[in-house]
Amino acid sequence: MHTETLTQTYPVTTGTLREITLRINGEERRLSVLPYVSLLDALREYLDLTGTKKGCDHGQCGACTVLCDGKRIISCLTLAVMKEGAEITTIEGIDHPIQQAFIDHDAFQCGYCTPGQICSAVGMLQEGKAKSRDEVKDQMSGNLCRCGANQQIIDAIMDVKGGENE
Amino acid sequence: MNNFSYQRAATLSDVVGKSTFVAGGTNLLDLMKYNLSNADTLIDVNALTDFHAIEEVPDGLRLGSLATNADTAYDSLVENRYPLLSKAILAGASAQIRNMATNGGNLLQRTRCYYFYDAHAPCNKRVPGSGCSAIKGYNRNMAILGTSDQCIAVYPSDMSVALSALDAVVNVSGLNGERSIAFEDFHRLPGDTPEIDNNLQPGELITSIDLPEKTFTKNYSYLKLRDRSSYAFALISVATALELEGDTIQEARIALGGVAHKPWRVKEAEQYLTGKKTDRQNFAAAADIILQGAVGFEHNAFKIELAKRAIIRNCIMALDPSTQLPGAQPSA
Repeated sequence: MHTETLTQTYPVTTGTLREITLRINGEERRLSVLPYVSLLDALREYLDLTGTKKGCDHGQCGACTVLCDGKRIISCLTLAVMKEGAEITTIEGIDHPIQQAFIDHDAFQCGYCTPGQICSAVGMLQEGKAKSRDEVKDQMSGNLCRCGANQQIIDAIMDVKGGENE
Repeated sequence: MNNFSYQRAATLSDVVGKSTFVAGGTNLLDLMKYNLSNADTLIDVNALTDFHAIEEVPDGLRLGSLATNADTAYDSLVENRYPLLSKAILAGASAQIRNMATNGGNLLQRTRCYYFYDAHAPCNKRVPGSGCSAIKGYNRNMAILGTSDQCIAVYPSDMSVALSALDAVVNVSGLNGERSIAFEDFHRLPGDTPEIDNNLQPGELITSIDLPEKTFTKNYSYLKLRDRSSYAFALISVATALELEGDTIQEARIALGGVAHKPWRVKEAEQYLTGKKTDRQNFAAAADIILQGAVGFEHNAFKIELAKRAIIRNCIMALDPSTQLPGAQPSA
């Protein structure tokens, strides 16, 4: 069986730290990070903003969704150093009717995917592209819920959107 | 992931001749986390503002390589003139990833072959000469056309399937200046060098993608068949663009995704359809031409018949694009 030799192990602790300033939830936060630190790890490990969740860390689950300049992105596949000057909104900075709708519609069980679901829903509502329930389902497919609360999540979004909830 | 240094490019001259570039990062950073890419230096090209625009050019539309997939799919010029491209982009990835991923990066996506990602498995694309684990392995998602005894990996982009059908042109800039590459010449078949995905030379940067004047706004369809109805790579996808006069085909374009190491187009099938009526038998005959030479492996032989049916179905859907459903699913 062929195996590759890893030249360095993860996490890396040597290298040149970069001083960066991120704008998060309306506040400027300064931090020193190595270039490989993802935005997700910067939020959770450096800034104690642990509302943003690490699910797969590979862009497959959506648990780490945040808003960047008003658009939903996954924070695991971007670097903190790439986001200097951007306006980042995490679940800690969200105040939106979708939160009450998630409670009203019982749109979660374990709650692990919820911060990402809510950030994604806020981003989707701002985009304004999804009209029908089917379009909302397609537009929310980047957020997985392993508890299976998907129907209620879509119900909550449709409730806030004010669209037909057939 | 290895450690690396990070630089921001301010002008094109900071970039040409260098590697490795990061724009959206959605594929590159994932590959780095798996140690499948281990650049010493990442050059962030996002500040190259010249390559963000989507703009009209004399012979069509120019898509900046740094425009995001979402901004491209929802651009009014793209939606109105190249709806096939818009549909194909929106069938790929998730909304979050489309907000990050750029057009240039989309073209440079690497395969999602599981053995390519598994550092413990032989893979000629990852380590040339180590062997192909997919040929006798679990190859359900692998290629059926244009394979070699070195590699049966599939190129995963949806956007590129539409770009192939639309005869797009890729503009690149490098140490030897600028050049333009016809879309069909951009990606490669695996042959004996499966480690090379495309004909971009080291140090070259994709600057834009040109769409020619021919838009196919009336009869087009993108169909994507996959194991779940959204946010999965294609088992088979088809981009169809037709120009009709009554029920007679003036011009046909058909490109397949999920079947090969590049988008798959067979001009003979398109020529066969020219002048024919828009009926199922003709579409079926074209599908047979496109799948000529297809070879299935243990777990993916079903794709040959699936591709033929997808082609027929998508040509019929193209006759009435209003029947299309979100996520490029088959119409009811």
